[in-house]
Amino acid sequence: MMIKINISSNVIGEPILAESMIETRTALNISQAHFDSTYGEIIAEVESGDFKAIREALESKGAKVTVLDHPIVRDEEECVECGACISVCPGHVFSFDDDWGIAQDIEKCIQCGTCIKMCPHHALSLEK
Amino acid sequence: MVEKSIEEINRRIKEGDVNVVTAEEMVGIVGELGAKEAAKEVDVVTTGTFGAMCSSGVWLNFGHPEPPMKMNKVFLNGVEAYSGVAAVDAFIGAGQLSETEGFDYGGAHVIEDLIRGKSIDLHATSYGTDCYPRKTLDTTLNIYDLNQAIMINPRNGYQKYNVATNGMNRTIYTYMGSLLPNYGNVTYSGAGVLSPLSNDPDYQTIGVGTPIFLGGTKGHIIGEGTQHSPETNFGTLMLRGDLKDMSADYIRAANFHEYGTSLYVGMGIPIPILNEQLAQSTAVTDKDVVTNVLDYGVPSRDRPVLRKVNYEELRSGSIEINGKDTPTSSMSSFKKSREIAEELKTWVTAGEFFVNSPSQRLPAKATCKPMRQTTRNPLVQDIMARDVVVIDENATFHEAAKMIMENTFSHLPVVSEDGKLAGIVTAWDISKAVAETGCNYVKDIMTKKVLTSNATDPIDIAARNLDMKEVSAMPVIDDDRYVIGIISSNDISKLFARRR
Repeated sequence: MMIKINISSNVIGEPILAESMIETRTALNISQAHFDSTYGEIIAEVESGDFKAIREALESKGAKVTVLDHPIVRDEEECVECGACISVCPGHVFSFDDDWGIAQDIEKCIQCGTCIKMCPHHALSLEK
Repeated sequence: MVEKSIEEINRRIKEGDVNVVTAEEMVGIVGELGAKEAAKEVDVVTTGTFGAMCSSGVWLNFGHPEPPMKMNKVFLNGVEAYSGVAAVDAFIGAGQLSETEGFDYGGAHVIEDLIRGKSIDLHATSYGTDCYPRKTLDTTLNIYDLNQAIMINPRNGYQKYNVATNGMNRTIYTYMGSLLPNYGNVTYSGAGVLSPLSNDPDYQTIGVGTPIFLGGTKGHIIGEGTQHSPETNFGTLMLRGDLKDMSADYIRAANFHEYGTSLYVGMGIPIPILNEQLAQSTAVTDKDVVTNVLDYGVPSRDRPVLRKVNYEELRSGSIEINGKDTPTSSMSSFKKSREIAEELKTWVTAGEFFVNSPSQRLPAKATCKPMRQTTRNPLVQDIMARDVVVIDENATFHEAAKMIMENTFSHLPVVSEDGKLAGIVTAWDISKAVAETGCNYVKDIMTKKVLTSNATDPIDIAARNLDMKEVSAMPVIDDDRYVIGIISSNDISKLFARRR
């Protein structure tokens, strides 16, 4: 499952991610990370069985953990199947099918929203 | 020699025994039979393209209000339409942005909303004349209320288009979509094998008056498009069609993030196969259509060409840029292009659509010139401060503070032992150093990633860089990273204030 870890500025300098992984012996497969002086945000994949432990570990150290269970939605009425989204997606969610229509593998979506900005037809959105 | 006449082909269309194929199907037919036999077999080849065509718009005639008015300024759902013609005519252009909604809504959206039969708010103002006394007008109308809604697109159907990538270290947002940093992706546009002009590159049959598929209905070619450049294989077309008969399946508004609005136009041209040469040219493949990959990270009219590429490579999903496999995105829809070529094929086959000879040939010899500029574009070197003071990275922050106080600059470029730029300190960095412990030297407190400028950069580029990165000054460096000046947003503001 995909999770989002938010780290606030008061603990941003601490190695809480590494500590949590070592403590729980859980591997986080990090697909996106953003850090600056004000906050940190990490998108990672974790085995469902390990989720509870890693969430407890991270939250005890001051991070906030959210489950990302609303992947990208494509409005087929708006979509013209140009394929603009294909090259910008870090998760390789989109591809062309045999008829040059858009095929999508939603399981791979990390909900980064990069494709939303790319789509010329406002056909992509993240469910709230 | 196979020679067929337009009359002969039209007779077959009328009698229902015409042989129509799409440009994609023609590749295989010519491959199998050869051009001579294919020219005998096939009467019409249909093409199609569906992509962003910013140079598009619609002439609208609203009918006269009572009391009458010569509309001077016209807004449709807050988007300005050009009305510098007679009283109640206006041209709504696809790229015009809403005065209130900015990038989210533009002329292209007004056009799509009209096609969809939606109501549009019309606001107009004028100065009032004896013959047209009215000064303001507000009404709500839809496409059925208009006398005419005629699409006139000054530049559509580019034969092929440049391919975009980005060598900068940040994502840039362009009319070719989001371009990821360090050549992270590639975007392209154009239908390759189905591209209308690539199938008749000598303009044998495509000319003034050629009937076409436009937006789901029949339209015509008016002539060559603006920037028509057949000599470099970048031909363009000017098109006309009746918006009232168009469908939102083939005309679609688009938004390019941080760029603006554009219109996706669906267009297709039937090519009558009059001879072997046309059979051969309509057998063009994706591989035959070659274009250039340009670095859109270079903010210049003359963007560097990174490599040549053909549409087969582009459509494979990735191409090699600087030795790296780089994913590609199409900005135009091949699926829709195919639908258009198929639809046109159905029309011709059903005897609903005929071909003709152009009433005038399009120029086959022309290139697109750059603009003649009569005022010199100011460069960074024209306004940068040259008496810049620099500090050694091993100096203490006290020394830096003293230097800032003694000089007028609030930015102090930092140099390493060899005199080359290593960082920058500002009064803010020094305050931070005072507040925190353990930072005694300039090298501990300086910003190491410095935004810099070159002396020969145009001012507009420097100004945009300052703006984007939200910094107020940049050291100007030479090729060896020696600091030769500093340019601040203040210098630039002064220059623009002088110009006005």
